[in-house]
Amino acid sequence: MAATYCLGRASIALAALLLLSFGSFAASQIEVCTSRFWFNYRHVANTLSVYRSVKRLGIPDSHIVLMLADDMACNPRNPKPATVFSHKNMELNVYGDDVEVDYRSYEVTVENFLRVLTGRIPPSTPRSKRLLSDDRSNILIYMTGHGGNGFLKFQDSEEITNIELADAFEQMWQKRRYNELLFIIDTCQGASMYERFYSPNIMALASSQVGEDSLSHQPDPAIGVHLMDRYTFYVLEFLEEINPASQTNMNDLFQVCPKSLCVSTPGHRTDLFQRDPKNVLITDFFGSVRKVEITTETISLQQYSEMESKPKLKDWHPPGGFILGLWALIIMVFFKTYGIKHMKFIF
Amino acid sequence: MAAAMPLALVVLLLLGPGGPALAEPPRDSLREELVITPLPSGDVAATFQFRTRWDSELQRKGGLSVLLKADRLFHTSYHSQAVHIRPVCRNTRCTSISWELRQTLSVVFDAFITGQGKKDWSLFRMFSRTLTEPCPLASESRVYVDITNYSQDNETLEVNPPPTTTYQDVILGTRRTYAVYDLLDRAMINNSRNLNLQLKWKKPPENEAPLVPFLHAQRYVSGYGLQKGELSTLLYNTHPYRAFPVLLLDSVPWYLRLYVHTLTITSKGKENKPSYIHYQPAQDRLQPHLLEMLIQLPANSVTKVSIQFERALLKWTEYTPDPNHGFYVSPSVLSALVPSMVAAKPVDWEESPLFNTLFPVSDGSSYFVRLYTEPLLVNLPTPDFSMPYNVICLTCTVVAVCYGSFYNLLTRTFHIEEPSTGGLAKRLANLIRRARGVPPL
Repeated sequence: MAATYCLGRASIALAALLLLSFGSFAASQIEVCTSRFWFNYRHVANTLSVYRSVKRLGIPDSHIVLMLADDMACNPRNPKPATVFSHKNMELNVYGDDVEVDYRSYEVTVENFLRVLTGRIPPSTPRSKRLLSDDRSNILIYMTGHGGNGFLKFQDSEEITNIELADAFEQMWQKRRYNELLFIIDTCQGASMYERFYSPNIMALASSQVGEDSLSHQPDPAIGVHLMDRYTFYVLEFLEEINPASQTNMNDLFQVCPKSLCVSTPGHRTDLFQRDPKNVLITDFFGSVRKVEITTETISLQQYSEMESKPKLKDWHPPGGFILGLWALIIMVFFKTYGIKHMKFIF
Repeated sequence: MAAAMPLALVVLLLLGPGGPALAEPPRDSLREELVITPLPSGDVAATFQFRTRWDSELQRKGGLSVLLKADRLFHTSYHSQAVHIRPVCRNTRCTSISWELRQTLSVVFDAFITGQGKKDWSLFRMFSRTLTEPCPLASESRVYVDITNYSQDNETLEVNPPPTTTYQDVILGTRRTYAVYDLLDRAMINNSRNLNLQLKWKKPPENEAPLVPFLHAQRYVSGYGLQKGELSTLLYNTHPYRAFPVLLLDSVPWYLRLYVHTLTITSKGKENKPSYIHYQPAQDRLQPHLLEMLIQLPANSVTKVSIQFERALLKWTEYTPDPNHGFYVSPSVLSALVPSMVAAKPVDWEESPLFNTLFPVSDGSSYFVRLYTEPLLVNLPTPDFSMPYNVICLTCTVVAVCYGSFYNLLTRTFHIEEPSTGGLAKRLANLIRRARGVPPL
């Protein structure tokens, strides 16, 4: 977030550390796993793996909204409790010790998801459950679960359609809740979910085209279920090589998981995006990079005569009852006095 | 079975400032405690307890919290967490009050996982790490190992490293001995850089049955079908000659409609009338049933409290996404003052270990116990959520096939059509015939 502080009064600040951000934007994340039940272990593992990668690349928990529809780590059917593995070698426990799940179990619903996106949340919601983004935030939205042509299934009881999702993104754009948005979806027929987007600055990736199924990677005989989906598995391998300073761009991400590995054809959509994908760094969305310049100079801040801020858009409210009544009275009196024949000159 | 057997190796390290006469306890303090108890079957029970007197949660580094790692703690047979918050007096005159927060975690380790068949255990085997340093913020940090039956001789078991002190007291009505390891004692840690408590059995322990506590309880749902059922709680008093009262608190969700006129309490076959009953009926979707009773349990008896209920049908949108899993009924809470076998002398609450002061009782002849029965899973009548979809498919198919065929039969007209023969040859022939002026084929 650009840190230009405008102070209303004169102050002389001894700035030992001046935080300047040159064109870097804060990144926020929403990771959603929409599937319940033990045999959908892989969807939770997908989501947790992406969560771990972005945390490793520097995004704090306060900027991540993690929604998991079921608890796999403490599931009674889990032979290795308190762990969620992404690979059958059991090397990486993606559940770890510091997972912060914001929406869990029955709270992962279409309504809550759309409320998080659009910001229409009741005032009692804690900060960890909100998407705190503004018009300088780059947002990554990762969704996984079971889906079809034009919809994504939430918890076996409801669905979200691609039209709803596109409208939610348009609401976000109108409310200036994002600068750029990267949407990744790993479900069957995932490309149908981004067909209907119409807001600017959205780039979308999907694991399969319409009519194709996204397949899972490998089953694990000890745990008894498939551990991960193919597309996310290879995206993760790709992300493991990224560090906060790397210069890999989006074109490399588009090449991840060709048809030979993934069996389905991953797709992407960049026509709504302003910049050329080859100029977009992976760390713009997956990592949080701030350039910090340390200085020991003294900087004196001038007093501004008025607050230099964007003029607040005043919301228009329809006129209240008193005003309406007053006008009704005036009009009624006028017509009674001068007769109804004057009406034709008004309209 | 909610057995009240907190055989925990309470390792309480109390390292307070010396001197018996402390005018008032330190204002803000953190005490941590680990109690390890070997059970007769060979399993090991461990209970952690942390007590803070701060307004906010402390960040603990070092000390006993290094042992709290999820991957080992969930590989256990039993796992229980509790948080207790209560106001306490800061001084004897109680002019100011501070808040006390206690967090406890109890686990029972399975012998076969920890010891590969042998009953020996060590901290490293149980938690896959050892204690390295005391928590810098703790005023007390201790480990207690229950060596009650074996303190006299060194022939049955050996605790390594040997304890510096032992602690004896009447815990839950019986006299117990604990080996004490104080993490804040510099000599303890400095010797070996880390503290890995080990217990080796010299003589294999006899497989004796575990001690049955004086009060334990069990709860279950009986009946068949999805319309009604019966909720029963069994309360066992195994004391040979003393009867004592028990306060039973039940909070049943509104969708199990209790019939209070069917509430029956029987002990030893005869009806047992409770000394006190409080019942607050449920309001649909607003509050659950609340039933509280004070029941006298006769000595050496089983008391059965049963009540019948009817299951309600929820509204379509109130069902969870997995309604066939069932709906939970929270455990009932039993509170009782159980008579002790050995009278305990009144303890100084500040000086005694944490595990002794969770429910302090001024009268030493009984001890306070709070039990939770097991939570229950009850199935409610669940609608078939796929029914509307199936009905639409079936109806449209029937309409399309039956009515559609009938409609076609009634409204379609049929024309006879000449089959066309020849083709190209015929066309050529007709061309020539037209040139000749002869009618075509």
